[in-house]
Formats: sequence, C-alpha cells, structure tokens
Amino acid sequence: MASNALIDVEHVSVLFPLYHGSSRSLKKMVLAAASGRLGRDQQQRVVVRALTDINLHLQSGDRLGLVGSNGAGKTTLLRVMAGIYEPVLGRLRVRGSLNALLDPNLGMNMELTGRENILLRGLYNGLPRSALPRLEEDVAEFAELSHFIDLPVRIYSAGMVVRLGFALATAIKPQILLMDEWFLAGDAVFLEKARLRLEEMVRGADILVLSSHQAEIVRSWCSRVLWLDQGQVIADGPADEVLDQYLGSVPAQPVAALA
Amino acid sequence: MSSAVTTIAPAMELSLRADMTLGTRNRYAIDDIAAGLRLWRLSWALGWLDIRLRYRGSMLGPFWLTISTGVMVGSLGLLYSTLFKINVRDYLPFLALSQVLWGFLAALVSEACTTFTEAEGVIRSVRMPFFVFSMRALIRNAIALAHNIVVIVVVFAVFGIWPGWEALVALPGLALWAVDALALTLMLGAFCARFRDIQPIVNSVMQIAFFLTPVIWKPDQLGPSGIAKLAFNPFFDLLEIVRGPILGSPIASTTWLGAIGYSVALCAISWGFFVRARGRVTFWI
Repeated sequence: MASNALIDVEHVSVLFPLYHGSSRSLKKMVLAAASGRLGRDQQQRVVVRALTDINLHLQSGDRLGLVGSNGAGKTTLLRVMAGIYEPVLGRLRVRGSLNALLDPNLGMNMELTGRENILLRGLYNGLPRSALPRLEEDVAEFAELSHFIDLPVRIYSAGMVVRLGFALATAIKPQILLMDEWFLAGDAVFLEKARLRLEEMVRGADILVLSSHQAEIVRSWCSRVLWLDQGQVIADGPADEVLDQYLGSVPAQPVAALA
Repeated sequence: MSSAVTTIAPAMELSLRADMTLGTRNRYAIDDIAAGLRLWRLSWALGWLDIRLRYRGSMLGPFWLTISTGVMVGSLGLLYSTLFKINVRDYLPFLALSQVLWGFLAALVSEACTTFTEAEGVIRSVRMPFFVFSMRALIRNAIALAHNIVVIVVVFAVFGIWPGWEALVALPGLALWAVDALALTLMLGAFCARFRDIQPIVNSVMQIAFFLTPVIWKPDQLGPSGIAKLAFNPFFDLLEIVRGPILGSPIASTTWLGAIGYSVALCAISWGFFVRARGRVTFWI
C-alpha cells in the first residue's frame, strides 16, 4: 500500500448560515437551538456551528471511524474531506483519488434505464470513455440486472434498485474512501455478496473514513476513532479505547446494546 | 473475490483554505471552469436528459416545443399584422425569427436562476465543478432552440425567403450569446441560490424587457428618435447581432459595439461574483 494519499485537516470550522425561512432550515434551527449551537456571526446572521476547530492528519494505511450522536457533525466532516463544504475557517489538504459514499441514489434517475444510469455515473466520475464498458459490465453483473438493464429503473423491484445503487456506489475504486453510515444500514443491503464487495473496496483503499452508529463495525474496520459531539472533538485515539469511552458515556443509546 | 472492481477513480488533489487571497480565489474559479470543460460530456448528457425527461412519454417528444412555438408565431403573426396593418409577408418571417430567438433568451435567463438549486442533490454529495451545471443549462436551451429553428425554416420557406450566405454573420453573434449565457448562469445561479426571491424579480424584468425590445414590433415603427434610445437596451443589441444578418438587414457598428460592451460588463460582473461566491454556493442551496 505504498501510496502518498493524505488528508490534512487543520483548524477547520464550518458554520451553516440559516438564510431561508423554509421548513428545512427551521427544523435545523430548532435542532440547533436544542443543542445550544445556535449563534450569530459578525453580520448578525443566524448560524449553526456544525464543526469547531477540527484537526486531523490521515495518511496511507489509516482507518478512521467517526462516532457521535445524530447531528454531531460526522457527515459534515465527511463532506469537508470530500471538498464539498469548503472550510469557513482553517484549511484542508487532500491528495489521492476520492470516493465519498454519501448519497445512495447519487445521480440515479428513475426514468432512465439501468444502462443509462451506469453510463451517467461514469460521466459524473469523469471516467474516460474507454473505462465505461468495464464499468457497465461490473455493475450489471453485481446488481443482477440481466435483461432489466435496458428498462427504466422506475419499474425495478425495490431490491433491484438497492442493488443497483449499491453496485454503482462501489463500482469505482478510490484511494480515499469516505463512507457514511447509511451504507451499512439495512439487512437487505447486507447480503453476503455486498459485504464482500464492500470489504474488498475498504481493503483496497489507502485511507478509510467511516461514520457509523454501529460500534461493532467501527471496531472491526477502524484502527483509530474520532468521537464528535456538537461539532467538537471529544476524543481521538486507538479504536478500542475511544469506543469504550464512547459507549460508556451513552448507555441509553442503541449502539450500547450492539456492543 | 475474482470479480474485482477494476474501475479506478481519477486522481485528485485538493487544497482549500478559508483565508484565501483574491489571487487564490481567482485561481480556484479558473480551475472550476477548466475542470467543468473537461467534463463536457457530462454536461452534454445532462442537457439532453433534461429535454428528454421534460417530454417523456409524449409521442412527438421535444417537437412539442416546435409545435407550440409554431402555433404561437402563426396566431400572433396574423393578429399583429392586422393590428399594425403590416404586410404578413414582411411581418411573419420577422416575427418567427424574433420570437424563437427571444424564447431562447427568456428561457435561458429564467432557468439561469435554478442552475445550481436544481442540482442540489449532486452538489451536496460530490465535489463537482459548478461550470458543469452552467454548461448543462446552456446545452439544454441550445437543444430547445435547435428544435425551434424548424419554425423559422418553415416560415421562410412558405414565403420563399432565402437569407443568403450573409446569414452566417449571425454565427459570431451566437458565439457571443453562448459566452454570455455561461456567465449569466454562473452569476444568477449563485445569486438566486442565496436570495430566493430573485427569480420572480428576474422573470418580471424579462417580461418588461420583452415589451421594450423589438420582438413582436419592428424597430423602425419607433421612428428615428426611438431607434436612438434602443441602444440603451442591451437586449436589442444582443438580439440584433443574430437577427439582423438572417433578415438581411445591415447591423450598425454601434450595435456590435454595444453588444460586445454589454457582454464584457456582464462577464466581468459575473466573474467578480462567482469568484467570491464559488466556495459558498454549497451552503446556500
């Protein structure tokens, strides 16, 4: 695994401005108020502090797990590392090809056929034309689409849609793999085959960052754990140590039952 | 597992910081456009997809665009040639061309407002150059325009008009339109993501511009003093550089100068805004 993949997060803070009076923002605002993270910035805009002064250095071979309650900032941190949210304070450096598994249905269009969706995904990832037939073959085979590949996804069974989404998301091998917890949720996804494919992808990646509620998965896949709460780092260290600490502090959460 | 995934993600390098200098911000904006251009096949696919999905399940597909434009041009042409007491033969080709071109401009300006908000899902789950969505909006509207050209061809054919090779002078005009369209989508896309009430304002401005610009009426109906005032209407200059050559009417050099001047101003303002807003758009949508 000799590679120079790297993620460097220095003093990164992310503040979400709340501009719109939409229900979504209102919901966020109420949630943020409940957790005491609602503040105002210099221009008197209402902001939510999603991440505060995060420092993190990851290099080839690192396996980082992110734990914390809902709204702790795990997904936001993944989005920062993926370059989606640019830091409001601090700096970020990422080197190496990156795949962020954040949205199970990224760019998937129900009106398009399976084949068209696969090609579109290839385009989203900036793959050269020559790589597309291989991608198509791989995804179609894994998702077991057979003759459905030329029919619109709209008419697929729920299981087929899940398989296609999963196959698409895991079809491209990155050096840096960022994975959100939805990916591990649900028994339907976790068929043995999917598990093998995912594990292979995880093994193939130089750097893994996994956000999850399930302590068992974090324990088995990660060597280091970062515990976030309300956008701040509570603990950062070897997986077992931090997980024990984390599980000890939140006995009421379902994760404790799993551990 | 022997059926190993062999597709490798393209390499990437990223260095972002909050306290960027203006020079760095400019470089990032340039990188955004360069990366967007490299993904032109994605923009192309998305643009086509938008059109296809809009007319999904209908037998004629995008040619409904052509039909609705044709019906509108035909009925307006008959009505106004009666009202204005102009010869249909003079008026209808003018109207067909103007209406199709204006339809492109109006739709483009209006859709520029949703350039980024409509792609919210993608923008929030993968780092993607914003320019991809600008090109998508341009391509989508260019495809619609291409369908509507049929109306112009039919009307010109019916009245036996052949614009001649001078019509090719419209091509540089169209190229200028494309540049303006990309600039406008970058600016309005970001601006409307931040301020949601901009789009209705833009739409009403375009409604007013439609009446103040010679689209359904001819510039010479204004008289000489009125024509002089038209130079202050950016839409007139821009419309005329494409319409004039096809209709075979000479374009004043001031019209070209005006069109270029307005375009440079638009691009400069858009660039200034985009350079500042690029890193923030994700938070706004």
